[in-house]
Amino acid sequence: MNKFQKLEDKTKWVKRELLKLHKLAPESRIASSLSDIEIFVTLYYGGILKYNAQIPLSSERDRFIVSKGHGGVSLFPILADLGYFAKEELRKIGQSDSFLCVIPDTAIPGFETINGSLGHGLGVACGIAVALKRKKSDARVYVLCGDGELNEGAVWEGVMFAAYHKLDNLVFIVDNNQISMLGYQKNILGLEPLDAKFKAFNWEVLTVDGHNFAELDSALTIFKTKDNNKPKALIANTRKGNGIEGLEGHPMSHVMTLKADRIDKILEEYDG
Amino acid sequence: MAETKIIKTMRDAIIEKIYDQMHCNDRIFFLSADFGAPALDKVRDDFPERFINVGIAEQNLVNVACGLGLEGFIVYAYAITGFLSMRAYEQIRVNLALSCQHRPINVNLVGVGAGVSYDVAGPTHHCLEDISIMRTLPNIVTCSPCDWVTADRFVDFSINHNMPKYIRLDGKPLPNVYSHDCIINWQKGFNSLYKGSDICIVSTGYMTHRSQEIVHEFCEHGENIGLIDVFNLAPDAEALAAEIGRYKKVVTIEEGFKNRGGLDSLILQLINEKRLNVKFANIGFDSRYIFKSGGREVIYQAAGLSKKDMIEVITKSWD
Repeated sequence: MNKFQKLEDKTKWVKRELLKLHKLAPESRIASSLSDIEIFVTLYYGGILKYNAQIPLSSERDRFIVSKGHGGVSLFPILADLGYFAKEELRKIGQSDSFLCVIPDTAIPGFETINGSLGHGLGVACGIAVALKRKKSDARVYVLCGDGELNEGAVWEGVMFAAYHKLDNLVFIVDNNQISMLGYQKNILGLEPLDAKFKAFNWEVLTVDGHNFAELDSALTIFKTKDNNKPKALIANTRKGNGIEGLEGHPMSHVMTLKADRIDKILEEYDG
Repeated sequence: MAETKIIKTMRDAIIEKIYDQMHCNDRIFFLSADFGAPALDKVRDDFPERFINVGIAEQNLVNVACGLGLEGFIVYAYAITGFLSMRAYEQIRVNLALSCQHRPINVNLVGVGAGVSYDVAGPTHHCLEDISIMRTLPNIVTCSPCDWVTADRFVDFSINHNMPKYIRLDGKPLPNVYSHDCIINWQKGFNSLYKGSDICIVSTGYMTHRSQEIVHEFCEHGENIGLIDVFNLAPDAEALAAEIGRYKKVVTIEEGFKNRGGLDSLILQLINEKRLNVKFANIGFDSRYIFKSGGREVIYQAAGLSKKDMIEVITKSWD
């Protein structure tokens, strides 16, 4: 059996759940939440993250900051599946008695920080990484950041800080889906060569296909074992709107929604 | 016998106290945005593992402070106050004000250069907006001491109150207003320095020194006016209303823009809420920036805030 069969099965399930969430809350950023599913699945089901759903803030846990809050909706079903909150909560997204907003924050069990205002996650993670070292903790801190989010200047203050302070317990994952709100990043500011930028800042860098479990697992496992005084950047090349025709790769996909009947049709196809 | 006044900077007083506390409390971190003080050298030398210079990067200063705070450390984040409160405003909003509503964070933003204390540096280094904008944020305690004694006492308060705080310090050495062994009641947030008959000044920060001079001038002319020093911008409303309610006229004096949400707004709101039968006037900077060198007095002259101007406002017809 394929070593990553379980992760593939989970991904299919998360994608279905994400579509149902989007149907209930059309304000959710579906395209942004489709590019990072395999990253979430690898972290939580692939044995990368240490977590304890029963004690969400247990001191041994790895800290995971979803800095690109817009793409955090696909983490909701995973957190429910792992027991951070009841699965019934998923059906209440956006309702008056729900803690599930379309941009996640600390009201949701399992989320470390307030997210969605872009460019904050890495700096906060730097402080956590310093704190963990001070406590002589083995825990690590992971951050998921969008490529468009890298336009925020504060990110680069964190990039400099992490390298200077040798925060090798910090893993910065860039969901490099190429598209921000008004189109392709290459037509906005252009980030390439992104790996060279991180290397120039004295980071350890690996680039992977962000939809490929073998590559994600390999890179994240290497990072876990490499205490070489360098913070780690994982550039995960992904497709915004991954797998949904008309959405995938569309320059305006960030603001596009799927209509209810379209979602029903896609779900039928998945089931078939 | 009257206690000898000691002239000292608030920053040295606060850092000396933090330094003392760092000896017995290993949960304290001191972060600086490449900003110093004579007293800071000892912190850097003796606690290299808990002193971090984040560089000229106020946004990251607040972010890193938040991360340490989330992990249970007590953090002092130190910078020039205009840059701390305004360059990093959204970091303060998201990572301190918002975050602490779900997870406790003891981050203390310590800013130097309140008002026009960086007088000759010009308007980029003046800070006339911070009280107003920090007061707007829920969950942030905003403190504005008038002397080094109050600044010193902030440290015990900050360690024992597990929430984000902002304290704005004057940049200049100033004599103590409060006695050396004074207990500062942070929950009450204000102190009545002089009791008067009809008129009362309410001031904060450096303006409490200037207000003292004004009180003395009135006293020389046989008139007793009151003076209330507000050092926590969320004072005990009941207690302050009771104090203000004793007077017929109240005038606020602050080194900030007036009618923009600062001390004047706080007092006016209190008068309205408690339906106090007092007349009100406010003294502060008009809504324009001052491009003037030559020192604090020159700036005050240019802004219509000379002592003579202030006395005129206080003695004018209040009807």
